[in-house]
Amino acid sequence: MSEADLSVPFRQRAGGAMKDAHLQEALTIATTKFIGLRREAFADFPEGERLRDLAREIKEATLQSLDRYLEQLIDNVERLGGHVHYATTAEEARRVILDVARRTGARMAVKSKSMATEEIQLNEALEAAGITAVETDLGEYIIQLAHERPSHIIAPAIHKTKGQVAELFAKELKREVAADPEVLTRLARGELRDKFLRADLGITGANFAVADTGSIVLVTNEGNGRMVTSLPRVHVAVMGIEKVVPSMTDLMVFLQILAKSATGQKLSVYTTLVRGPRRAGELEGPDEFHLVLLDNGRIRQLAGTLREALYCLRCGACLNVCPVYRQIGGHAYGYTYPGPIGILLTAMLDGATAVTDLAHASSLCGACADVCPVRIDIPKMLVGLRRELDEKKLAPWTERLAYGMLARVLASPRLYRWAKPVARLLQRPFARNGAMRSAPLFGDWTRTRDLPAVAPLTFQERWKDLEREGP
Amino acid sequence: MARALRASLMVTCLGDMFFPEVGVSTVRLLRRLGVSVDFPAGQTCCGQPLFNSGYHAGAARVGARMVELFKNAEHVVVPSGSCAFMLKHELPGLLRDRAAREAAERLAGRTYELSQFLVKVLRRTEFTASVAGRVTYHDSCHLLRGLHESAAPRAILRGLRGAELVELPAADECCGFGGSFSVRLPEVSSQILDKKLKNVESTGAACVVACDAGCLMQLGGGLRRRGSSVRAVHLAELLDGERRSP
Repeated sequence: MSEADLSVPFRQRAGGAMKDAHLQEALTIATTKFIGLRREAFADFPEGERLRDLAREIKEATLQSLDRYLEQLIDNVERLGGHVHYATTAEEARRVILDVARRTGARMAVKSKSMATEEIQLNEALEAAGITAVETDLGEYIIQLAHERPSHIIAPAIHKTKGQVAELFAKELKREVAADPEVLTRLARGELRDKFLRADLGITGANFAVADTGSIVLVTNEGNGRMVTSLPRVHVAVMGIEKVVPSMTDLMVFLQILAKSATGQKLSVYTTLVRGPRRAGELEGPDEFHLVLLDNGRIRQLAGTLREALYCLRCGACLNVCPVYRQIGGHAYGYTYPGPIGILLTAMLDGATAVTDLAHASSLCGACADVCPVRIDIPKMLVGLRRELDEKKLAPWTERLAYGMLARVLASPRLYRWAKPVARLLQRPFARNGAMRSAPLFGDWTRTRDLPAVAPLTFQERWKDLEREGP
Repeated sequence: MARALRASLMVTCLGDMFFPEVGVSTVRLLRRLGVSVDFPAGQTCCGQPLFNSGYHAGAARVGARMVELFKNAEHVVVPSGSCAFMLKHELPGLLRDRAAREAAERLAGRTYELSQFLVKVLRRTEFTASVAGRVTYHDSCHLLRGLHESAAPRAILRGLRGAELVELPAADECCGFGGSFSVRLPEVSSQILDKKLKNVESTGAACVVACDAGCLMQLGGGLRRRGSSVRAVHLAELLDGERRSP
């Protein structure tokens, strides 16, 4: 697996990613393209800003009555003949799904792209139970063949160039084809067709679930979502409990901004609404429909500092604009959800201890919050996580000591004044023409950049003269 | 004649120690425009370095001092977008003491980043450049996305006599500084900077202008290391007085 090895420090994982020339090429091309497409989509859509505000309000209002909307959703899904399961943990969710698979005698599952199933590591569990799981989203199919994990929330194979995909197909599918996206897609399509027809189980996530109709909503571009939800005998949808929206009217607000934020499309090619299993008289659809509602740390954050992260639509826009993600890609983060929102979601799922390094994997530039369709203030929450690391003493003691000393100096004009001649003395062996090409403690900084030296006369030391010049 | 406007300069810690000429230029510029400038003694830092790294108790202690020092200021002028953002938007929420918080809130309304003060308060956009030729502008993240200001510096730079503004490709993308970020993840920070500097060099500008000491540290440090002829300058330096030899 090209999954990140978490025993390696984050800084090294990031460093490794920056040395991967293919990854760098793929990342630059893809993120730049996504940024441009998103920008154009909203430029043509004057009501977009208002809808983003509205979407945020709907998310907040829904979370305030989450229990009520979930109950309504459950009632409606059951009324339509579906089964609803509530899973407190990832382990419980896997068990529920494996039970369904075993009871229905499933041998092969086809899957539509779902981050929730990545989160609970469902594929591994299915394989261990002897059930073949086949990813049918092209990007997911590619990384499944490569035995990798998604490196982007909506573009799982974003880290691969088309040349690498052609090589992969040649090796795994024994078919030599040109590195042409159209040819590669046709090849994958042919391979997948047979799987769709043979599968007993269809597994999807859910972009939304509409409480007052019991509809599960899937937003896709390849049509595989429809195949997965209509061909196999059994359909299991896995969704985080925060994905519920009250009504179809609310859904329309989200649909208008989701694809624009994600890919710059006005709407995705397919918007699939599923309501329970096939009913009498219907020609297609599964015999059984199961909805797995996944908590896995979410409920706790309803009253927690990461509450706003529950607004997330999983559009991936914050990844595309993040200067850190754009250099290191998704795998270096080391967890299911990469990028700025991924750091928050990792803290939500795995706790603050999981993000002692990741909480600092941001320059706090704010580009993420700027593009977020529901205006999640990601930088603010990253700072909040850093604060938690300090308060729980999870930051290294050397760092806490250094910041403790910094606070003392900055809180005392006298210490601050004295610090300057001390710094000038210490920097003397290293400073040339007002800058340092190397400096102890800042060796890594100065590998690529000159560090300015403390000036011979600081502004405060010049003020007396300056004061005499005029009022 | 109307009474002169009064401004209290908050020079910022990086400005004080590493870029004192920015503070000097700011003072001379404001005086030339008829503003009476004072410099409250004993100022240190807004607390942002502590705040951004999560050390909020320390940041509150440092920030509270600044509120106390500046509480009687008519206007506070800060030649740094991120420090102005800290004072205006983070500090009030950080202070527990009610009186201090209210003082911080009042202060926030009278605090201006330098380019905003020039354009919005003084209503001046016409200046003579102290550097000849092409200049380009880098949007500092906190000024752009925190204070939502991209127009004021550009209005000034467009109106500059003696210099021509060339737009920087991807001007709104971070330079990779991010305070402690540039120390914790120096390789990532440097690669972000590398892309920024390639864009800067593509403009053919003689200098890249920014309104934040942090960005200037990063951009200037990178340019110097490359032996580039492009200089990173603060807006105040570009606007200060007579044309200097390059």
